[in-house]
Amino acid sequence: MLTYQGDGFTALGDPTRRAIFQRLAGRPSPVGELAEAFPVSRPAVSQHLKVLKEAGLVTDRRDGNRRIYQVDPGGLQAMRAELDRFWTQALATFKEIVEQDAQEDG
Amino acid sequence: MSTQADATSVRHEIVVEAPVERAFRVFTERLDEIKPRDHNLLASDIEATVVEPRAGGRIYDRGADGSECEWATVLAFEPPERFLFSWNISTRWQFEPDADRRSEVELRFAPEGPDRTRVVLEHRHLDRHGDGWEGMRDGVAADQGWSLYLSRFADLI
Repeated sequence: MLTYQGDGFTALGDPTRRAIFQRLAGRPSPVGELAEAFPVSRPAVSQHLKVLKEAGLVTDRRDGNRRIYQVDPGGLQAMRAELDRFWTQALATFKEIVEQDAQEDG
Repeated sequence: MSTQADATSVRHEIVVEAPVERAFRVFTERLDEIKPRDHNLLASDIEATVVEPRAGGRIYDRGADGSECEWATVLAFEPPERFLFSWNISTRWQFEPDADRRSEVELRFAPEGPDRTRVVLEHRHLDRHGDGWEGMRDGVAADQGWSLYLSRFADLI
């Protein structure tokens, strides 16, 4: 099992968080706008944003007295998260196959 | 399995109960079964993943309709210790024709006993894929660059 803090893969495992992330990918938004767009409370949206931010998937900037959230334009963290998942799966399958072979071949 | 990486790479380590020669052989000959099938750039289902076992060789998926996608190119093939290939897939989850904008994956196989091998995988230079997203940052529609990648990403989770 792969666990570490700020993991983008885990952060996007939650459907609401994923939906928020996808919306931000299309358009940077303040918390209030997100809370209107989703059937969750404003504190809940803030909590989701916090997790996404810690995972390096979104960034925020101040705009007057609002805070605007947007997908990390680097995109590196999202890519890393996906590749992490890809190789975790691949290596687990590899281990299974190679050890099965070892048993079969004696 | 452990994970450790800097910002531009992904690193995994795994110990398998098999001799180093077999570990190398299984990885390079059966990549087809090892690679998660949900990663597919072809329009049709993947029929096979082929590894041409030499430096300069192609690593490609062949679809049921006969189409092919060379998603990687072998850079070093050194049994039983080292397997290095370029990663020819962009952040937009599309084939990357520009060799300068590809990341690379290195596998090192080290014996830890007659029947035990440590495999270290490093997917590095992810920043080389970066031109695309720098362009996106300055561009108007962030969703153009991201939508395909994200929908792909979401499908996988």
